[in-house]
Amino acid sequence: MTRDTRGRGGGRGGGELATVLGKQPIGTAFVTPYVVFLAAVFAYPLVFAVYMSFHDYFFAAPGVVVDRPFVGFDNYAAVLSDPAVRRSFANIGIFLLINVPLTVVLSLLLAYALNAAIRWRTFFRVSYYVPYVTASVAVVGVWLFLFNSNGLVNTVLGPLAPDPSWLVNSNLAMPTVAIYVTWKQLGFFILLYLAALQNVSKDLYEAASMDGASRLKSFWNVTVPGVRPATTLVVLLATVTGANLFTEPYLLTGGGGPDGASASPVLIMYQRGIEQGNPDIGSAIGVLLVLGVLTLALIQRRLLDRES
Amino acid sequence: MKSPWRFLALLVGAFVFLFPFYYMLIGSLQTEPDPSVGGAFPSPGNLTGHNYTEINAAIDLGRSLLNSGIFTGGVILGTLVFGVLAGYALARLQFRGRGTVFNLMLLVQVIPFQLLTIPLYVLIVRSYGLADSYLGMIAPFAINSTAVFVFRQYFLQLPQELFDSARIDGARELDILLRVAVPLVKPALLTGVLLTFIGPWNEFLWPFLITKQQDLQPLAVSLANYITTVSARAANPFGAVLAGACVLAAPAVALFLVFQRRFISSSLESGVKG
Repeated sequence: MTRDTRGRGGGRGGGELATVLGKQPIGTAFVTPYVVFLAAVFAYPLVFAVYMSFHDYFFAAPGVVVDRPFVGFDNYAAVLSDPAVRRSFANIGIFLLINVPLTVVLSLLLAYALNAAIRWRTFFRVSYYVPYVTASVAVVGVWLFLFNSNGLVNTVLGPLAPDPSWLVNSNLAMPTVAIYVTWKQLGFFILLYLAALQNVSKDLYEAASMDGASRLKSFWNVTVPGVRPATTLVVLLATVTGANLFTEPYLLTGGGGPDGASASPVLIMYQRGIEQGNPDIGSAIGVLLVLGVLTLALIQRRLLDRES
Repeated sequence: MKSPWRFLALLVGAFVFLFPFYYMLIGSLQTEPDPSVGGAFPSPGNLTGHNYTEINAAIDLGRSLLNSGIFTGGVILGTLVFGVLAGYALARLQFRGRGTVFNLMLLVQVIPFQLLTIPLYVLIVRSYGLADSYLGMIAPFAINSTAVFVFRQYFLQLPQELFDSARIDGARELDILLRVAVPLVKPALLTGVLLTFIGPWNEFLWPFLITKQQDLQPLAVSLANYITTVSARAANPFGAVLAGACVLAAPAVALFLVFQRRFISSSLESGVKG
């Protein structure tokens, strides 16, 4: 429990009851709807997902009592031996390898460029942020138009256009999705870095330029270490967002195509869990994905902390 | 990076970010899809509003927009009522368990929602029978945790004397909240509404899972279904898809352009939390 001095002198209760319940016990009532919401929508489903993943769970009509026996790790064994699932986890690995570094580098560079006193600053900030506030379903429409076989991108590239085209090419489908997501989310991460850049001390830049460091050097030695906490956050959030990938492979590559080359774990989870009616299998995929993301986050944290 | 280069880089960036939106609009107005470079410029002979008629005939834009509005409105209402209560309590009231609730609020912001879709689907659709209902659509999003965080930050900035004197006068906490605190944090309410808006308005997976009836689908879902199933049979499939995309994007983009300062400052604030 946090005990700070805020609110001192305000409480009317006093005495022993106040030390147990706090000075304004009415606060409990104020947060109750929110806590109930969190319990119903986050905590309980999380526990329920783990439960399903260890049972032979299937859909039944509401109110019908059916036996759903405990099956140990059977669902996990089924999931891990499913080539489509393995493929989707490999795909998301490729996605993250492209998306996360690209996001970090581009958003830091653009934020750095934006941080100077520059003409049209508001215009730039706004234009970078527009994709982030727009529905993916809407933007996917125009990307389909741009990147289809006869689309504008291939017209401009002419003989350099890939064959088969971007979204139907098994080597390029996932990278194209990764670039799409980088583009769509970048504005948000630029703003994170912009906020972090405000905290980098001007004195450090001055000291660096006194020492005769070039701009590139001072960017590398002052800016990059100065925004390290933001980088940790950007990497974490980009990883979590990436692990959630669903809309883009579902729509952009027509359901994770070609031939599963851009299928994401959430897409497979949806197909197995809901389309094919095996929520126990779907839950096992979900649990594995959470564990994967947690592991990845811990590794990233270690690596980023050690560098500093 | 010298200044002209810096400016040039930013300009290239802006083009890359904005061009698809411009192209969305141009494409939605073309009679025939024109993927040539010339097609990126409006040509009088190839302009039509027919794509909008076509998409409207296929997915009933009015009804879809209404569904998106009800879904989004419900989430905003829940966030304003219960989120403000929670944000105020977390900022201004001392009660048992406050720290735990605060940590929970931060924690859920990094839990990927998609991972909960299977259990939520089983619970809401199968156990509670809320498929094809607005309630089922709204429930998982009913209180936006980022907005709760923003409300808390604004309430924290108010001077303590305000609350002390109101309490000495014997005002009840609910009255203090509604009569004293809320009027002073109106900008926070606007920020909360704006950042809550883009979530449900743009959300696809959840409403897609629980609405099978077309007349209950929000626009993001009906447009996505059009992209995956119907569009192949249309005369100008891209035109109709892009027309629908413009209608879906317009409200969010318009709100953002009008209130861009609020959007951007709220992102800056929620970014500092980590």
